[in-house]
Amino acid sequence: MTQTIRTPDSGRAADRTAIPPPLMKVQAADKTGLRPFRVEVPESELTELRRRIHATKFPDRETVPDATQGVQLATVQKLARYWGTEYDWRKCEARLNALPQFITEIDGLDIHFIHARSKHENALPLIVTHGWPGSVVEQLKIVEPLTNPTAHGGSASDAFHVVVPSMPGYGYSGKPTTTGWGPDRIARAWDVLMNRLGYTSYVAQGGDWGAVVVDLMGVQAPKGLLGIHTNMPGIFPADIDAAAFSGAPAPSGLSADEKVAYERLQFVYQKGIAYGFQMGLHPQTMVGIADSPVGLAAYFLDHDARSYELITRVFDGQSEGLTRDDILDNITHTWLTNTALSGARLYWEYFGKGYFNAKGVSIPVAVSVFPDELYPAPRSWAEKAYPKLIHYNRLPKGGHFAAWEQPGFLVNELRTGLKSLR
Amino acid sequence: VSQTIPRAGSGQAVDKTAIPPPLMKAQAADKTTMRPFRVEVPEAELTELRRRIVATRFPERETVTDFSQGVQLAFIQALARYWSTDYDWRRCEAKLNSYLQFITEIDGLDIHFIHARSKHEDAMPLIVTHGWPGSPIEQLKIIDPLTNPTAHSGSALDAFHVVIPSMAGYGFSGKPTTPGWDPARMARAWAVLMKRLGYSRFAAQGGDWGGFVTNVMALQAPPGLIGIHVNFPGTAPADVVKALPGPPPAGLTSEEQRAYDQMALLYRQIPTQIMMASHPQTLYGLADSPVALAAWMIDHDTVSYGHIAKLFVDGEPYGDLTRDDILDNITLTWLTNTGVSCARLYQEYKGAFFNDYNISVPAAVSVFPEEVYQAPRSWTERAYKNLIHFNALDKGGHFAAWEQPGLFVNELRVGLRSLR
Repeated sequence: MTQTIRTPDSGRAADRTAIPPPLMKVQAADKTGLRPFRVEVPESELTELRRRIHATKFPDRETVPDATQGVQLATVQKLARYWGTEYDWRKCEARLNALPQFITEIDGLDIHFIHARSKHENALPLIVTHGWPGSVVEQLKIVEPLTNPTAHGGSASDAFHVVVPSMPGYGYSGKPTTTGWGPDRIARAWDVLMNRLGYTSYVAQGGDWGAVVVDLMGVQAPKGLLGIHTNMPGIFPADIDAAAFSGAPAPSGLSADEKVAYERLQFVYQKGIAYGFQMGLHPQTMVGIADSPVGLAAYFLDHDARSYELITRVFDGQSEGLTRDDILDNITHTWLTNTALSGARLYWEYFGKGYFNAKGVSIPVAVSVFPDELYPAPRSWAEKAYPKLIHYNRLPKGGHFAAWEQPGFLVNELRTGLKSLR
Repeated sequence: VSQTIPRAGSGQAVDKTAIPPPLMKAQAADKTTMRPFRVEVPEAELTELRRRIVATRFPERETVTDFSQGVQLAFIQALARYWSTDYDWRRCEAKLNSYLQFITEIDGLDIHFIHARSKHEDAMPLIVTHGWPGSPIEQLKIIDPLTNPTAHSGSALDAFHVVIPSMAGYGFSGKPTTPGWDPARMARAWAVLMKRLGYSRFAAQGGDWGGFVTNVMALQAPPGLIGIHVNFPGTAPADVVKALPGPPPAGLTSEEQRAYDQMALLYRQIPTQIMMASHPQTLYGLADSPVALAAWMIDHDTVSYGHIAKLFVDGEPYGDLTRDDILDNITLTWLTNTGVSCARLYQEYKGAFFNDYNISVPAAVSVFPEEVYQAPRSWTERAYKNLIHFNALDKGGHFAAWEQPGLFVNELRVGLRSLR
């Protein structure tokens, strides 16, 4: 049985008429049951979105010929043109609805997730966590190869049962109305979710905020968690992280790889993450990402210099790992759920606690290093941060949004990286 | 002759029919003349603004009960309600148009300014520079008391000729299309402007960015500049700035320690400014959403936010500042689509936020108690070698000319008296 269940405060009433009375009672009695979910956006909301895109009032062009002032006008106007005319949300909706989705209440909050079981009964259960500016849309490409490896260049022994939740405040998960939903609480909730699904031993994967969540799961080390895979490993020693933040030159004694990682992290802190300060300190001031679709889109493009360059090439017509539709699926999903600010609050919840630092993970860890990630994690620091490093690999191509941009590589990394835990 | 000259890039056609042909030729020949200017916003733009305010899609409420997550929903909704119903831009427009305004090209850019001459011929010429999130609207209340002191409890000896420019990228000034319009370039432009107006001796005043412009003008010390007054002085010694935000250097007096503590906290309170300094162009919402622009412009500092929020939500007075004042400034920025162009100033400026100036031009300094930090007299004396006036006021904050115009005018009269 499927039904349309809106996020609690989206302002749209749940379509209760579609639910037979006995089921309604069950829901009222036990919100922690697994409630099937489908995405069905009213046409009027899509019409209103297009109206707003067409009515966009743009600022004048940046005064520089590059991205040093932020997201460039020409790119945003190309995006807006495509979004307002050719883009079709229904395709994304159909892809989401092709996968079993559920909502269940954990720790007082509705959590939306995709649950794709493999036909191979011995598959390894895996929970995959998205980041910012992201959603479950980032992971759609890897679900099928992970659950059905024999159809995607793998063997039955590579199979995973895949769980892809929306973080609190993101997509169709509930929006917290009080503070406290930081990545540590999310990490605890994911263990509850996996147990509720009947998975007594499982692995966890993440990049960006998802990487912070899986690092903290690794620190919490719940009973069922066999190990983690991260494509944004938290590896910087505390003093190195602090030095990079302060803008100091590289400390002496670093290896060549460590020096590269240090300089890239320093660039992130000094030039690349003003949005992190904004959302970390005053997310609520960002009314423009709730009221203006193009305002939201531009803000979402400004994650890091390399992914921005990639996205700019995509809207210039070049073929890359991400398509225009991929990028707009994620943005549209955020627009339609009005979750730009509720998602931004995650930065506030964890401000100043360190994204990229070593956190004290004691369980087995597999690390994949993509060359266009914010920083290429050196093996030396990965070994220090993760005493039980079971896999470390540097990929030839790919960036921050690895599952989305290079799904083939990421799937292979999960297969080989976590093999020893089966 | 007055005429409507929309700013370059505003998308409005110049009403060429209103300009007699000879004048048009003169303008084309020499953009550096003083072109009279009036603000006349088409009704359609006001209708569209109200439409957008009413159609605002708000986020949900913050998950805290205070300002710690930024501009609160209940406040911004109260502001939006007032803006789309009771607020009247035409009142502000009439006020602006009650002063002589001009546009003249300086260093390749159109500069808009108010020019209010005193009837007292010996009045001191004064150029006053606004800040962010500001415009000449911040200064409207001080014009009459400064130019016409005898009607405002002063004497003829207190009179000023007042020039109030819009900074590059702000209001009805042109928007730079290439980099380089930092406070130093603006300071040089202001000296050109005063000279062009025939003022061979003048004083300069500023707070916020206007303080930076005025301080750097004092460092440049153009021939006509006889002195400055700032209500946002740059006084922090280098060793103190270097220690921020960690443990302070030893030996600070209690006054210095207070300033240090205020500065150490400040970096956590200015994410909006950090964003503008890094990626102003990413802020498309400021051009497309009036309520987003309003929220952004009100997130300047914790204290002024608290007052403005109480003003809208509870009607609690904030000095001389009214809801209309606040919305005049935001509406001007909206109508001129300058939310992003004015934000670029943060990126243009390459210097330090807290400065250790070494200024020898005579300087008067007013310290308002709710300014983001209270400059201690000791540091002020180091930074301004020729300090002709120092006064710590008992009320007022960051927007002193706007919030406490009476105290502010008195500071200018008293502070700059010795330069007459």
